[in-house]
Amino acid sequence: MKARWHLPRPLIESLVTIFIGLTAGALLMGAFGYSPLRAYQALFIGAFGTPADVLETIAFATPLMLTALTFSVGIRAGLFNIGAEGQMYLGAIGTTFVAGMVSLPPGIHIAAATASGMLFGAAWAMIPALLKVWRGVHEVISTIMANWIAFHLSTYLAINFLGDPTRADRTVPALPTARYPVLTEDATLTAVIFVAIAFCAAIYLYLWGTRAGYELRLGGENPDAARYAGVNANRVILLSFVIGGLAAGLAGASQIIGRPPAWSLYATLGNVATLGFDGIGVALVGRNHPLGGILAAFLFGALAHGGRLMEYQAGVLSELVRALNGIIVVTLAVPEVWAMLRRRRIR
Amino acid sequence: MTPLALAAVGECVNEKAGVVNIGLEGIFMITSVTGVWTAEVFGNGAMGLLGGALAGAVLGFALGVISVYGRADQIIAGMGLNIFALGFVPFLLISLWAFPGIHIFPNELMVPRWITPFGQVSPVTVFAVLVAFLAHLLLHRTVLGFRIRAVGERPEAVDVAGLRVDHLRLLTSTLGGALAGIGGAFLPLGWFGAVVKEISAGRGFIALACVVFAGLEPLLALGAAMLFGFADGFASAVAVTPGVKERIPFYFVSMIPYVTTLVVVALVIGQRRFPRTIGRPYARE
Repeated sequence: MKARWHLPRPLIESLVTIFIGLTAGALLMGAFGYSPLRAYQALFIGAFGTPADVLETIAFATPLMLTALTFSVGIRAGLFNIGAEGQMYLGAIGTTFVAGMVSLPPGIHIAAATASGMLFGAAWAMIPALLKVWRGVHEVISTIMANWIAFHLSTYLAINFLGDPTRADRTVPALPTARYPVLTEDATLTAVIFVAIAFCAAIYLYLWGTRAGYELRLGGENPDAARYAGVNANRVILLSFVIGGLAAGLAGASQIIGRPPAWSLYATLGNVATLGFDGIGVALVGRNHPLGGILAAFLFGALAHGGRLMEYQAGVLSELVRALNGIIVVTLAVPEVWAMLRRRRIR
Repeated sequence: MTPLALAAVGECVNEKAGVVNIGLEGIFMITSVTGVWTAEVFGNGAMGLLGGALAGAVLGFALGVISVYGRADQIIAGMGLNIFALGFVPFLLISLWAFPGIHIFPNELMVPRWITPFGQVSPVTVFAVLVAFLAHLLLHRTVLGFRIRAVGERPEAVDVAGLRVDHLRLLTSTLGGALAGIGGAFLPLGWFGAVVKEISAGRGFIALACVVFAGLEPLLALGAAMLFGFADGFASAVAVTPGVKERIPFYFVSMIPYVTTLVVVALVIGQRRFPRTIGRPYARE
């Protein structure tokens, strides 16, 4: 039966959900007196209108593919790690510290600042991981609590230890030696995109090419079989949270040393906030696959970047894009939608 | 404490029936807006609570339909509702009141408080306590409560007995949504005097922690809501206490409710038992 499909079924399903999300968004806009046609036109032109816009869309996609990876690796291990948000805040803090306060030779500085962010993210992921292993605390509750604690902790650190003496609204900027090179003059895309893609690809190879990766996926797909096969469940939990934390930390780093013009963290965390939650939708549309997540991130990057022109031209608040994200997530949660589609096609 | 108690008690009954609603946070956020909007339309705070309850019931019903008939992954569907609220609430705020991020409503729309010899108390708080006791009686002393518990443990037995598994679960998820909706509307109308897009600040998840703490018993959930509500109030009190507020940074005080929740849940968990079919859709063999 599978052979009759021309496109791979996951791709079709993802495209259908996006269509449902956009339709629901149009209904919402119509209900509040906006013109959906004008809004979506602006959204599309905003995202793809010029080559510079395409590059900007890719810049928006960079952190999303990483926070999506956090959620995907969790799901692959049977965990709902929705802590990318907090892990990303701490990653941004770790990167800001090394990039702005420490002097290192060029090259080494970029690597050190990136690694510091990733390690901070992984360290923060240890809180829900250990609570799960030691006490069996459900990760939905612990990661959300950790997110809020991380928000207040990071704001405190950003203002009190990393603050820019000349500007109250942000931290010290990354030193020039710690900045990823900007790829073109007219977009904020930097070389950090290559690091992000390489990290996603590396995790893909790790999960599908090594014994530890196989055990992680087995632990998520069939916990009983994994137990009989002698897989250590606690190791799977820790590993999945560590990978997730590294990815989220890298996402945070990418917004500090890989995104002009600020090169720093806003005191409100405004330049990283919500990227972690957005990653959940990206991961699900990417079918919880590290490489699928890259494709889905481009799509959500387009929504995020195009949303700005939509707000400007059609007056529709760009945050509506996040509501579409939510509708897409709900739709993807419902297997009966796909069962119905399949039945219809067979008929 | 009041919104936590309302949402947690409703979710206790819902989870007894085997349905999990992770979207309480989203329901809090959306109903805080619909609550204020109805209050303004009718010029009455109590009507606002009703508006919150209605919107909450609709959301709870929708999640119920998705879970029962759509056989959805309930955690993902609930997270979807939370993400939806994250974008929908700022959109609603600006669409309804043409002002970004915050709306301050006239003070006379606040739900009035009762003045007692022991201090002021909101009728909604009394209602929440009452609801917890009623939910306890419902679950343990009525036929309907017995059926709700049975549908979480052995839905196939309930089905064979000729009762509707789907209707029972829809009932509890709608009820849970309505109670959370009253709580969501109470946040601005009983406490803050304004709606902001971050109004809920994780309270929906703290309500879930209450449910876990309580092992799905409404009276224990009420106790947990009091405990976590106290941590919340304690944080607000410390933040303005002279002598302390200068020494302890505000950011650390703000963490108190979340740290308390984490610690308490870590301490009590493991001794709790949940219904056999929790979070799983029911299908006839």
